[in-house]
Amino acid sequence: MSVHAAHHAPTSFIRKHVFSLDHKVIGKQYYALALVAAMVGMFLSWLMRIHLAWTNAAIPGLQLLSANGAPGGVMTPEYYLQLMTMHGTIMVFFVLTTAPFAAFGNFFLPIQVGAEDMPFPRFNMMSFWVTFTAFIVLMASFFVSDGPTLGGWTQYAPLNAVGPLAGPGQGMGVILWMASIAIFCVGQLLGSLNFITTTLDLRVKGMSLMRLPLSAWAWFITSCMGLTAFAVLMPACILAILDHVAGTSFFVPSNLVISGQLLPHSGGSTLLWQHLFWFFGHPEVYIAIVPGIGIVSHILLANMRRPMLSQRVLIYCMGALAVLSYMVYGHHMFVSGMNPYSSLAFSFPTLAITIPATITVLIWTFSLYGSKLRINAASLFALGFISMFVSGGVSGFFLAQPSIDIMLHATYFVVGHFHLVMAVAAMFGIFAGTYFWFPKMAGRMMNETLGKAHFWLSFVGAYCIFMPFHYLGMAGNVRRYSTFVDDYLQPLIPVHRFITVAALLTGCAQLIFLYNLIHSRFWGKPAPDNPWEATSLEWSTATPPPFDNFGGKHPIVYHDPYQYGVQSSVGDYVMQASPEQVKTEHDEK
Amino acid sequence: MAKFFAVTIIVIAILSAIPILRHTWVAPEDISTHGHLIDEQMSETMAEAGIAFLAAQFILAIFIWKFSNRPADAKIKSFPGGAKALVIAAFLVVGIEVLALGVFGVKAWADVYLTPPSANAMPIQVQAGQFAFYFRYPGPDGTFGPIHPELINESTENFFGLDVDHDADSKDDIVTAEMAVPINKEVHLLMHTKDLGHSFFVRELRVQQDFVPGLDVSLHFTATKVGKYEIVCTQLCGLGHYNMKAYLEVMSQQDFDDWLKKQAANQ
Repeated sequence: MSVHAAHHAPTSFIRKHVFSLDHKVIGKQYYALALVAAMVGMFLSWLMRIHLAWTNAAIPGLQLLSANGAPGGVMTPEYYLQLMTMHGTIMVFFVLTTAPFAAFGNFFLPIQVGAEDMPFPRFNMMSFWVTFTAFIVLMASFFVSDGPTLGGWTQYAPLNAVGPLAGPGQGMGVILWMASIAIFCVGQLLGSLNFITTTLDLRVKGMSLMRLPLSAWAWFITSCMGLTAFAVLMPACILAILDHVAGTSFFVPSNLVISGQLLPHSGGSTLLWQHLFWFFGHPEVYIAIVPGIGIVSHILLANMRRPMLSQRVLIYCMGALAVLSYMVYGHHMFVSGMNPYSSLAFSFPTLAITIPATITVLIWTFSLYGSKLRINAASLFALGFISMFVSGGVSGFFLAQPSIDIMLHATYFVVGHFHLVMAVAAMFGIFAGTYFWFPKMAGRMMNETLGKAHFWLSFVGAYCIFMPFHYLGMAGNVRRYSTFVDDYLQPLIPVHRFITVAALLTGCAQLIFLYNLIHSRFWGKPAPDNPWEATSLEWSTATPPPFDNFGGKHPIVYHDPYQYGVQSSVGDYVMQASPEQVKTEHDEK
Repeated sequence: MAKFFAVTIIVIAILSAIPILRHTWVAPEDISTHGHLIDEQMSETMAEAGIAFLAAQFILAIFIWKFSNRPADAKIKSFPGGAKALVIAAFLVVGIEVLALGVFGVKAWADVYLTPPSANAMPIQVQAGQFAFYFRYPGPDGTFGPIHPELINESTENFFGLDVDHDADSKDDIVTAEMAVPINKEVHLLMHTKDLGHSFFVRELRVQQDFVPGLDVSLHFTATKVGKYEIVCTQLCGLGHYNMKAYLEVMSQQDFDDWLKKQAANQ
């Protein structure tokens, strides 16, 4: 299909760098937003971890952030919950959704399919600026009188709907949270629409669906999930705002007495919120991780120098994860008061989702067999992703079973599980993507030595932080406690201190990455067009790519995306856009 | 570096498994009649998940060790059997495993949630509110008086909103801040919240259940060991969530009867 950019290269600074229609600039903007959000989120986690390990310790300067929340630098219980809520919200929405999907996807999806841009560049620009607005609205809640909401990133009803009576931050803090997330949903819907149409309509000649790189497949599948999941969360947030400002009772039942006052609400359902939230919430964790699966596959292939054992099976697995993600959400609600038969109905698909996840891991691992693995910062993070995905994945076995969930629900076991499988793994995917694609995005190489140092500290550090969370959970340590006052929790406090020290050190290691990123951006070695000897279309174009991606020439695709381990005129690979005929021995069986 | 990475993965996998094998951090001893089913389910899952975890990490490490940085002229090989063998293996091994876990797990779940309490189970009502639990025993008439939310008043200690002047059933209700149950007697716990979502978690009893505003939820269990255990809230309910707790005391029938009489006298 012939593809023409819907716009011309801009010349003014504002149109070039701020309100740009270019998908590459928008991708970088998303990346920068995710980077800022990740730093804020990590900083909040430091504060939380210090408070959990040394409850009465004064954190110097914290009172400047909130005089009421931290008088004299000592965090109050409500401020802990407010920071926890913001940490979760910022990380899930503005980092894990934004970086692997919106940032890398925006930059590379059109190039990987051979397009000049996305089909709706204005929507694309809007999607970033809407997301940016959502972030500002969320941050604004730090500055309202009683601070951000303390209800956790899941914002359970009726705590999210009854106003300031229920605690600090439950008035304007909740309204800003709901508004921010509703706005965020608009951004993601616009983005998903663009991703889907780019994949379906803008592929160049020869780029059949099965010739799409795995990263492109992952973004496509993720955008299909985004279109359906965010479309449910947005109205849920709007209904919650109406409960605050319009006197409705969508999520508040009758006869509630809070702080001695009988509420005027009647007729709402608190479980309705949970169903709506988790119908979004579980696909959301796959929205965070599926791009990582695609990115890691893409990077591993270039570094294994051989095709995947089966590209097709991996695509089907990602599709199966996406479809099943809508049928499993009830496992968050086993002990919520939902009908206990529903728990059993949700348990089986949750257990069954292990099958595509296991096949994915097996395909990766056994594709390593007989490969010529290159070790560099990108491949280390990709391999680390597999290790983390396995470690976090096996604890899913436990949480999928309602009977075991009686013991593990709302404990640190859950915190360990989702951090490893979704947060750390997804972060490793983001890091792998950064080390791999930075040369193409910035035109310069990143420092490999610093990249490897960053990997070692992050890999060991992440295990030191998140593996002990599982042990705490098995001992019954409840999450979302600002202080551990229960008798049975006292022996567990040394474990929390170990985790805090590990978190601080691992956090510091991320500064190496930040330094590497900024330093390489300006002073890194200039990057060649194809530094990794990779095959997909982004490596066929100049570094950095011109405004229309391919300099006016539309590539034609002749090969499957990962023709490594062959003999061609350039080496052991043949690029997708190369017309050279090669003998392939290791294609899919 | 690849070999060092492989060794690191193996060391981390082994170190992670040691606290599990040594039972360093585990749930306390079970004191319920149904809890052993949950514990058995947990152990079986731990064995299967543990083997999967170690096997996956070891294979990953071995392949990284063996196949990294090979000479330029080394031949690319493919895993014998290819993807097909792996897919079949995953469906068979994981499929059977999850099916077995799922099916056997139903029994443990059914014991708590799908079987009704016996007719002679002792009813106790628990009310959750920011940030305390209150308990109500029906008294000699065996019936709880109705709750009037508008009458709930902490300062007059009318925690449940009872109207003892007009409701005959409420007159003999016994309201307490601690929970006591007789040993080996089935308890039918009627759960009610006056404000927000809360939860009732007693680790030793192997019981965790959310309170749902607007819905009355019930649970049943039998405690089998005398002792004092913590009841904690596990559903984020506001700033005092971390401090929302009460104690459950399991007593001999005689001690329980004495305790209840004493509580009744204090009303």
